[in-house]
This record gives sequence, structure tokens and C-alpha cells, in this order.
Amino acid sequence: MIKNQTVKVVLIVAVLIFFLFGIFGIPQSFTPAGLLASMQQRIHLGLDLKGGTHLILQVQVNDAINADTDRAIERLKEDLKAKNVNYAEIVKPDPQQHPELIAIKGIPSESISEFRSIVADRLPDFDLASGPENSFTLTMKPSIVKDTKTKAQQQAIETIRNRIDQLGVSEPVIQEHGLGDYQILVQLPGVDDPARVKEIMQSTAMLEIRQALGGPYSSEQEAMQANGGILPANAVLLKGKNIGQRGSENTESYWVITRASAVSGSDLRTADAGRDENGRPDVKFTLTGEGGRRFYAFTSAHVGERLAVVLDNKVMEVATIQEPIRDEGRITGAFTEQQTQDLSLTLRSGALPAGIKYLEERTVGPSLGADSIRAGVRAALFGMIAVMVFMLVYYKFAGINADLGLFLNLVILLGFLGFTSATLTLPGIAGVILTIGMGVDSNVLIFERIREELRHGKTPPQAVDQGFKHAWVTIVDTHVTTIVSAIILFLFGTGPVRGFAVTLSFGLAANLFTSVFVSRVIFDSILNRHQRGEALSI
Amino acid sequence: MVEFFRNSNIDFLGKKWYFLAFSLIFSVAGLLSIFFWHGIPFGVDFKGGTLVYVKFAETPKLDHIRAAMDRAGLKDPKIQRFGEAGNNEVLVALEQRETSEAALDQGKNTIIRALESSEQQQAGKQDLNNTGPSSLQQYLLSKDPLHLGMDAPAKYLAIAQQVDDFRNKQHGGVLTSIDELKGVVPPEVLAAMQQDFYTSDFAVRNVEIVGPQVGGQLRKQALWATLYSLGGMLVYLWFRFELIYGVGAVVACFHDTIITIGFFSLLNKDITLTVIAAILTLIGYSMNDTIVVYDRIRENIKLLRREALADIVNKSINQTLSRTILTSGLTFLTVLSLYVFGGEVLRGFSLALVIGILIGTYSSIAVAAPMLVAYQEWRSRKTGRATVPAAGASREKVKAKA
Repeated sequence: MIKNQTVKVVLIVAVLIFFLFGIFGIPQSFTPAGLLASMQQRIHLGLDLKGGTHLILQVQVNDAINADTDRAIERLKEDLKAKNVNYAEIVKPDPQQHPELIAIKGIPSESISEFRSIVADRLPDFDLASGPENSFTLTMKPSIVKDTKTKAQQQAIETIRNRIDQLGVSEPVIQEHGLGDYQILVQLPGVDDPARVKEIMQSTAMLEIRQALGGPYSSEQEAMQANGGILPANAVLLKGKNIGQRGSENTESYWVITRASAVSGSDLRTADAGRDENGRPDVKFTLTGEGGRRFYAFTSAHVGERLAVVLDNKVMEVATIQEPIRDEGRITGAFTEQQTQDLSLTLRSGALPAGIKYLEERTVGPSLGADSIRAGVRAALFGMIAVMVFMLVYYKFAGINADLGLFLNLVILLGFLGFTSATLTLPGIAGVILTIGMGVDSNVLIFERIREELRHGKTPPQAVDQGFKHAWVTIVDTHVTTIVSAIILFLFGTGPVRGFAVTLSFGLAANLFTSVFVSRVIFDSILNRHQRGEALSI
Repeated sequence: MVEFFRNSNIDFLGKKWYFLAFSLIFSVAGLLSIFFWHGIPFGVDFKGGTLVYVKFAETPKLDHIRAAMDRAGLKDPKIQRFGEAGNNEVLVALEQRETSEAALDQGKNTIIRALESSEQQQAGKQDLNNTGPSSLQQYLLSKDPLHLGMDAPAKYLAIAQQVDDFRNKQHGGVLTSIDELKGVVPPEVLAAMQQDFYTSDFAVRNVEIVGPQVGGQLRKQALWATLYSLGGMLVYLWFRFELIYGVGAVVACFHDTIITIGFFSLLNKDITLTVIAAILTLIGYSMNDTIVVYDRIRENIKLLRREALADIVNKSINQTLSRTILTSGLTFLTVLSLYVFGGEVLRGFSLALVIGILIGTYSSIAVAAPMLVAYQEWRSRKTGRATVPAAGASREKVKAKA
């Protein structure tokens, strides 16, 4: 019995040391300031406590589908031309809502089998359905659509991470946000300047090189008139600024540009800010092998025609193709040095495959975070002292037992946070405080039961034994139900609420150990020293 | 020995009509407010909208701020003081319609512009109090007052951080003059900044902007979390006791939830994400309380087979009464300390817990336990014989047969 008791005490002390290590690690110094510093290193504070920016973005995944279907249309047109299959038109009936649809009209009856074999051969990602009057609909396969959207989201996360990394933010969080489809959560501790962050992130920097079919026109009307009131189906009208006339400020021009691109941002290998022969800032880029090959094929086929460098649907530069270009190019424009730096950075970190939309923006100033910590800690201390004093007064010696348990409970809880690098949020501090209140519940249950058993005339050892035995059943039930609600909070909650669920569950688990096991060991060691018949202080 | 409620013998079940009346009054008042008065006062987390917390250098004049907002064309913004009076903080809240789909932060920017223009117009100058460190770094890079070379970005960032720290830590977030930076930044930088910056009398400390889409998703999520949590407990109690115990406990928790939300509606206090977390916690807490009583009832049914269920329930409530009052009292004490000392940000959260703990304790005595008796009376009227839903006991019978 005594030996057993010693083992238990050693176990408790080991647990205490283990979790103290969890809180402080190995502190550089044992002064209060040194301990506080090592504690701050181990326990991660949430954004609401240390300040920072929190953003939720929606990835416009339809953009990625549209890019794929545009490319498919171009490919189909080329193949049909090569095989001499005629068609009336190939369009996308509803690029906004249904980017996965392509409508083909007017395939001559004699070419239908040829057309079918081209589609089956060249566009395996699409399902073909025939409609009235030799028209057909191509639908991107649902699995491919889903795959493309998921990839677009992942690439967006990677791209944003790369860009944020270059901002030099420590411990940024950039991850999928589980709440809705294709949403991204971005948390940047210590950054209280969301406008600048968004500037870096939002510049989708969709770099494309496309063919320029017509221009420059001085206005939209002029462009439409020049094209007989209707643009070619494969083209769009884009705006450009100060093209070919550097120095003169703010001249706008309109260009008719193909929808499909010859190469795009993902074909880019490097991009660097530099200066052109006149000493003006520009950006030089090189293409990947694949991209280079495609660019060579494109420029070979279009010598003498014009190409346009399009960045985020704005024409940056238009140039005539003098000779086939393989893998090097340059973006010039009326840039300042800073703009070319930013542009090359955005290009280097990869293009976002799809646009992003902001759904939520929160900024916590550093001073409010500090105020919250102070208030939370103050509330926790007051609550804890009040509870401890009450337990001492009400249960006398057994109160010390409960207070020791409470203290150990707190150490284990904070140690858990240190070990698991879970984040402590403001509601998390509230969870700690609530754990203090609920933590004594188990003690009260057991102590009240022991008192009851004593009233029924049991001896102290019997009363303690019975008290623990009866209370145990209740304690298990109460803990399980509360942990159930905490787990559901964790599964459904986000951000700070999750922090709350984590501290509450940890606290309750620790409580099982302290209020049942530790408290029992203390009772037993008191009883061991007791004289027969001596009363129990409870 | 200090002791409360020793050998108490209160006839709780005899007062069931009072309990029913009390519960009905509060739930109906809450429901009336939800349906006909304030509705469910969802906060910005759930409803979407813009909250901007502004700190002023001096005591803010609310009517001036309101006039500035009116001039900027912001319809009906909520403007109120926030936190301790000495902090000079004001909360400006805009409804969802002021945030546009394309530019989420439009409302915030309008507020900042409105406050800036309500002061002396400083043409062409930037407001230093509302310029973050990385924007300041950008400015310094473009001006390059120190003529730095390759490591300019890092050096200017360090200077920008210093300015930010100085402003936040030593001046509470608001500088009153650029000259205060003397000694903090190199003189060349100060000279450049004096040319291009001015200081307004306020700084935006916190911003919360939630778009409509997120709000809708969160509302749905909160509802499901509450229902799943109740469902999970029903199943656990069904497994540990009997179905009727689970139903009784869940009805009690539901009662607590309705009354707490009703209170928020009556007081027209915002229900935020953390308030929902508090409500889920108090579901756990109320359940906790109910189980303690139920456990005693289960134990007593086995011990006192002859007695009527009503007497057993009464006895069990009385036996656990001192524990119930003690625990609730102590938890209430900690929660109250949270409400009083926990600061403005946790106020809603702790209010929900303060109400919830009172109601949760009440409901386990006044709702959950009497439901068992009511169920038994209903069953015996229906089948003509008394059946005691003795949890555990029935399981023992099964065991005995096997």
C-alpha cells in the first residue's frame, strides 16, 4: 500500500514536471521575465491576441474552367481546319454560369463522323452530345471540372503563399477554409495593413501573350465600327494605356485581341526587373521548355502579324512579330521602378490561375490584442482566487486538496498548449477560466458524497472509498457530454472558437486526472497518517 | 463545518406549476421578441457588414462623427462609444448593404475618408495615423531619403516598424504631430515625412468586414453545430440511461438555449460567433448538471424500489442540492469575473454564460427532473399500470435473464 502510494506520488510529480516543461521548455533564466519569455515562445497566441490581418478569399474557380475551354476551342478549330471540316461557329453559350459548355454549330452532314473522331481523339476531357440541325454540345466531364477547380484552389494557395513569403511575414497561415467551396483562409500575424497585402495578393497578374487582331482604336465605338459592329467570335476588346508612345501620359487605346493565349503565366520560368536600351524600367522574362516550344510555333505561324502582352486583361504592349521567338521576351510600359519590381515579383511567384474575391476581412490592432490578454488574465486570476478561497473556507483541509488539483489542472492545460502548438485565442482564455469553474465540480461532487457517507456513520477510509466510487460514475457522464459538445464545436467552429473548444477539452481531460486520481492519492496519504477514529477535515 | 442545505427537504415537484409558469414566461417573452420585436440580433459574423473601431486622440464627439458620416452618404451607421471612457474609442457599424460585392472594404474606406475630411483638409498629404508599416516602407522606398542601395527594402522596413511601434506602444495608436517622431527616425526621413504626411486625430484600430456569403454559411453552421451537439448527447444518454432521460435532458437544454437567445433578443445584444460558442458550452454545462441529478435518481430507484417516482426524484434533487448550488455558484463566480474583468471583447460571450449558468442550473431541477415524473404519469394513464423508467434497473433484469 505504502509502496504503491510512493509510485503514485512519483507519477504525479513526473506529470507536473513534464507539463511544466511543456509550458516553459528549458528556460534561459529563472527570473520572472525569463520565464515569461520562454512561455511566450512555447504557447502560440491566436491572431485576436497578438494582432494581425485575417482574410477569407473566394477563388473564382470558373476562371480556370474558362481558360481550359478557351484552349479546347482553339485546339478544335485548328484540328478542324487541318482536316478540312467546315463549321458555322464554335462558341461558349454561357461562360459566366456554365464555363464547361462549348456549342458547335453547322457541321456538314458528310463530315460528322470525321468531327466525332477528332473530338474523341483530341478532346478526351469532354463529353459530346448532338443537338438539332447538325449542332453539337461539348461538356467538360464533371470529374475533370472538379479536378480543375481543386487544382485552381491549390495553385492559388501556393501562389499566395509565395507572394506572402516575399513580404517577410512570420508564421503566416494560408490554407483551405473549410466553411465554403474553394475558399482560402489567410492569417498574417503582426500585419495591420491589409490594403498593402491585398495589393500584393490581388494583382492576379494573369500574364498572357495573345494575338492582336486589330487596333489601336481611340474609342470603343471606333473599334466596333472598324469591325462592322460585331467582334469576331474568338476575340475580345481590351484596353491599353500609353502603348507605343512613352512619355505622353494617359493615352488610352482599344485593341481587338484573341480570347485564347499563345502562352500564359504558368509557362513563365523567370521574370526580372531591368531597364531597356533607353534606361526605362521594364521586366524581362523567359519561358519554360514547353511554353517556349508553343511560343515558337505561334510566332513562326504569325510572322508579320502583331502580338499583345496582356496582363490582367489590360494590354501592356503590342509588337509586330519580326521573326520566330523561342523563349525570351520583355514587358515594357510606362512603369516606375517600384512597379517593375512588384510586377516581376508577382510574375515570379506564379500567376493565380483564377481571380479571387474577398469574403471577409478582419484586422486586430496590436494594442487591442494586448488589452484583451490583460483583461483575460485578470479575469482568470480573480476567478481562480475566488474559487480557491471558497474551497478552503468550505472544505478546510480538503480544500487544499482541491486547490492543488486546480493548480495542477492549469499547469497540465497550459503544458498541453505548449506541446501541441495549439493556439491560444481570446475565447480560449475564456475556456481556461470556465475550466477552473467546472474543474471544481468534480471535487465538489466527491467531497459532498464523502460528507454524506460520513453522516451515515461510515469511518473516514470507508467514506472516502465510497465517495470516490459513487461520484466516479457521475463524473464520467458529465465529462463525456461536455467533451462531446466541445468536439462538435471544434469540428464546426473556425478560428477563435476552435481555440476555445481545444482548451475546454484539454482542461476537462486534465481535470479527470487531477480531481479523481491526484485527489485520491492525497486523501489516501492523509488517511495513512491518521490515528484510528480521528475525524477527517472536510 | 461550513455547510449549506444539509438535510434539505424541499418539495420541488409540488412546485412544478410555478416552474412551468416561470419557464413559459421567459421562453414566450424571448420568442415574442425574436418573432415580433428585435428578431435574432445577429452580429456582423452572421449578418455580414462592417465594424470599424476608431481610436481618437481626444474625447470623441459623437455628433460630429455622425455628421461626417452623413456627409459621406453612409445611411444610418451605428455609432457608439466602446470600452473604457479614457480610451477614447468609438465603434462605427455599417449594415451589409454598405459593403459591395466587388470591393468588400468600401464601407471601411468611406468611414476613414469621412473622418479624415471632417478635419482640416490637408491636400496631397497622407494620414500617418492610418498608414501601416508596409505602406510606409513603400513610401520610403519610392522617396529613398537616405539614398540606400541594395538593402533599402530591409532598412526602410525596419524604420517603418519603428514608427509603428512608437505610435502603438508609446502613443496609444495615435500621433498628434509628425514632429513626435524626432529621434525615432533619421532626420532625413523625418524631413521627407513632414512634407508628405500629416496626422489626423484618429486611428483605425480594428476592422471586421464580413461579406454576405460567409454570414449565411456561418448561420447554417451554427445551427447545425447546436443541433448535432444536442443530438450527440441524446444518443449518449440513451445509451447510458434510457431514452426518456435523454429526451428530458435535451428538452431542458433546448429550453436553456431558447431562453438565452431570447434574452439576447430582448436586450438587443449582438449574437456573435463567440456567443454561439458560449451557448454550446452552456448546453454542455446544463447537461452536466442534469446528469448529476439523473445519476442520483438512477441510484435511488435501485435502492428505494417501493417509493413513488415523484418522491424518489424529490429526494434525489434534495440530496444533490448542495452540490448543485456549490458548483453553479463557483462556476457563476468565475463567469461573473469574466463578465466584469474580461474586457469589452468578451462581454457578449460572458453575458451568455452568466445567463446560461443560472438558467441551466434551474432547468435541471425544474425541467429535466419533473419530465421523468410527467412521462411516467402519462405512461401509467395510457397503459393503466405504473412503469418506472428505471435506467440501469431494466438492464439488470436483462442481465438476470441471460
